[in-house]
Amino acid sequence: MEFIYSPWPWYVAGPIISLIMLFLILFGKTFGMSSNLRTMCSALGAEKFSDFFKFDWKAQIWNLVVILGAIIGGYIAYNFMIIDYSIDLNPKTIKHLKLLGIEYNGGSYMPDELFSLSVLESWKGWVFLLFGGILIGFGTRYAGGCTSGHAISGLSNLQFPSLIAVVGFFFGGLIMTHFLLPVILSNWFLI
Amino acid sequence: MKFLKFLLLGILFGIIMTKAEIISWFRIYEMFKFESFHMYGIIGSAIFLGLLYIQIIKRFNIKSIDGLEINFVPKKSGFIRYFVGGTIFGLGWAVTGACPGPMFVLLGNGFLTVFVMILGSVLGTFIYGLLKEKLPH
Repeated sequence: MEFIYSPWPWYVAGPIISLIMLFLILFGKTFGMSSNLRTMCSALGAEKFSDFFKFDWKAQIWNLVVILGAIIGGYIAYNFMIIDYSIDLNPKTIKHLKLLGIEYNGGSYMPDELFSLSVLESWKGWVFLLFGGILIGFGTRYAGGCTSGHAISGLSNLQFPSLIAVVGFFFGGLIMTHFLLPVILSNWFLI
Repeated sequence: MKFLKFLLLGILFGIIMTKAEIISWFRIYEMFKFESFHMYGIIGSAIFLGLLYIQIIKRFNIKSIDGLEINFVPKKSGFIRYFVGGTIFGLGWAVTGACPGPMFVLLGNGFLTVFVMILGSVLGTFIYGLLKEKLPH
């Protein structure tokens, strides 16, 4: 029981993720989450605006079922498999965040300053969430995949384009975390 | 019923993303600060084992459960789309702490504001579809 409630280490998580990929391959599919966003666009009628959305999206319903499961799995884990929500973060990280105005109180996976419902009371909160989402949706489709499709599926299959994409993921991530985020948080969003 | 196996894999995905704290904004921030091995261990071990599985499937010509040949479609060659698209996604990943999979897991964890982010990501995909022909690939 102890194992169920305590945080799972990387050497449990990584192998299970690779097993999920393996099973999807054995089921004749691929492991890639961002494709769902394109499927959703097509299901909502986006083919009227671009041929990019003209494809047999119904053949991708299995992948929408995977993310439906992901929501349910998140619900199950959050409600029945965790007692203590604190994360064993590096104390240095906690200190850096405090300087940016983000208080780590150990009670949640997400900072309240960015994700609590009260964020939606200001237009800045909407811009933050919406624009962050746009970067994810635009970037993954331009690159043709995300962490699951490129980093894990692509690199596992030794795809050079995936390596370029992953270098891009980290290049963008490092610029955001080290240069842009401090400006966004302390000079714009948290004021 | 044919969807049940996908639902179960999705549930396992949601549980693992939550239990290993992969959906946490704090963990992603810590990763990009190089202040923890956790996320690198997860991604690295998943790739290492994935390499092994795919080599085994190819070497022994293992078929899918429907008895069909398993095809690994190679990614189209190119540079700009992968690097620029990847960089844009990286910016979004680091600012929101989320990827297209974990976003949905966060919803299940009760973070309802993430719904706005999901809307944004669908919108971002739509914008790409509109601009696709004009973008260098």
